[in-house]
Amino acid sequence: MLEAKNLHVWYGDFLAIRDVNLKVERKNVTALIGPSGCGKSTLLRCFNRMNALILGARIEGQISFNNINLNSEHIDPTEIRSRIGMVFQKPNPFPKSIHDNVAFGLKINGYAGNIDEAVERSLKRAALWDEVKDRLNKSALTLSGGQQQRLCIARALAVEPEVILMDEPASALDPIATLAIEELIRDLSNQISIVIVTHNMQQAARVSDETAFLMVDQARSGYLVEHGQTNQIFTEPKDERTEAYITGRFS
Amino acid sequence: MPRADFDRDLRMLQDDILMLGSMVEKAIMTSLDALQRRDLDLSKEIIAGDDHIDNKRFEIEDKCINLIATQQPLATDLRVIISMLHISQELERMGDYAEGIAKISLAMGDEPPLKKLIDIPRMGQKSSNMVRLSLDSLVNRDLVTAQVVLKDDDEIDALYEQVYRELLTFMIEDPKSIRRGTYLIWVAHDLERIADRATNIAERVIFLVTGRLADSLVKETSSMNNEE
Repeated sequence: MLEAKNLHVWYGDFLAIRDVNLKVERKNVTALIGPSGCGKSTLLRCFNRMNALILGARIEGQISFNNINLNSEHIDPTEIRSRIGMVFQKPNPFPKSIHDNVAFGLKINGYAGNIDEAVERSLKRAALWDEVKDRLNKSALTLSGGQQQRLCIARALAVEPEVILMDEPASALDPIATLAIEELIRDLSNQISIVIVTHNMQQAARVSDETAFLMVDQARSGYLVEHGQTNQIFTEPKDERTEAYITGRFS
Repeated sequence: MPRADFDRDLRMLQDDILMLGSMVEKAIMTSLDALQRRDLDLSKEIIAGDDHIDNKRFEIEDKCINLIATQQPLATDLRVIISMLHISQELERMGDYAEGIAKISLAMGDEPPLKKLIDIPRMGQKSSNMVRLSLDSLVNRDLVTAQVVLKDDDEIDALYEQVYRELLTFMIEDPKSIRRGTYLIWVAHDLERIADRATNIAERVIFLVTGRLADSLVKETSSMNNEE
């Protein structure tokens, strides 16, 4: 459903990623792993045109979503971002009530249905409802880090996206909150596609159906080494560079 | 609940072991039934069916490897997966013994057994029961049942000794009976090995529950149970 074809990304003169070909399947979790600077986050941001917000960023090649070219001039990036949501490393709730955080995207989009019901539905999907149902009007900033991150996921879910991109969604959380996020990712994978960037290889192994391994070359450009079923990548990777990385023998 | 998927996979792994166990139990009893009734077609079916048992074992091994690679199991979870790996291997080897009995039956061809089979079916019943008990002890994480299996193995050893001496007497009396006597000793030996492997499973259960492997522990838990 989401596909990068011969994708190159430049920041000014610097080639950040080169010639990436990657398909993300429907209702599936794809993890992007690799060393720092290999372009995981850059690749992730290409999937909902977030790179367009970075000065000097330029893309060559194609990103398609349901066979539509995402980088076409006729495509409204805001529309894309409601269908391909994003969750960041640090939870970033708005300084508003829990309810209003989730309702925010619905209101902007002129949602015609019952907003309270949609808020409840999204909070339930994000496994947060039971913890916040009695204090929906309290500030989102009163929540713990893990709860804030699930709130951000609920906010992304509210506008019924087909894909959620997650950039290190649990790296700022403690182990218990991390497990809750991982559990949520597994639950959501029956409903939507998720692409997750993580430095934590074990996390990628636990939560994803497919894993893509990226590396960085001499010129500091990132490129895709191997992409396959997570079981295969972590038990019998085809490329020796993947094997070296996942077994910690990477230098 | 945290790690619900992983817990589900662990339960499914145990279900796979139980499925393999029931396949093996059936193979053991059917191989003896075919031997007694001299049903060579049935013996051939058991030999062909052993491939399913082997495949099931490889499927379990594959699942264990994937869980270790992707779920980073620790403590009890790790012991469960390692135990399942061992137990699947024990069960698969039992299947090979059942296949061995079927092959002996084919080798006997049209000849009747040297003597009426009395102790050998008893060994079959007992060893097959040990397989079931060992898997019950696994499901219930039950040290008492695991100890019952260890004790039953002594009975099987005694029965084997009895069968062996009896057949030896036949062969000494009439050297022409050596070939037919040897067939039955092989069968008894296969059953004795099945019981040994059921014992190994019981020892794995003790490891799974206590986290300790040593033989001394087997004796220790035995004396604990006796005191109770």
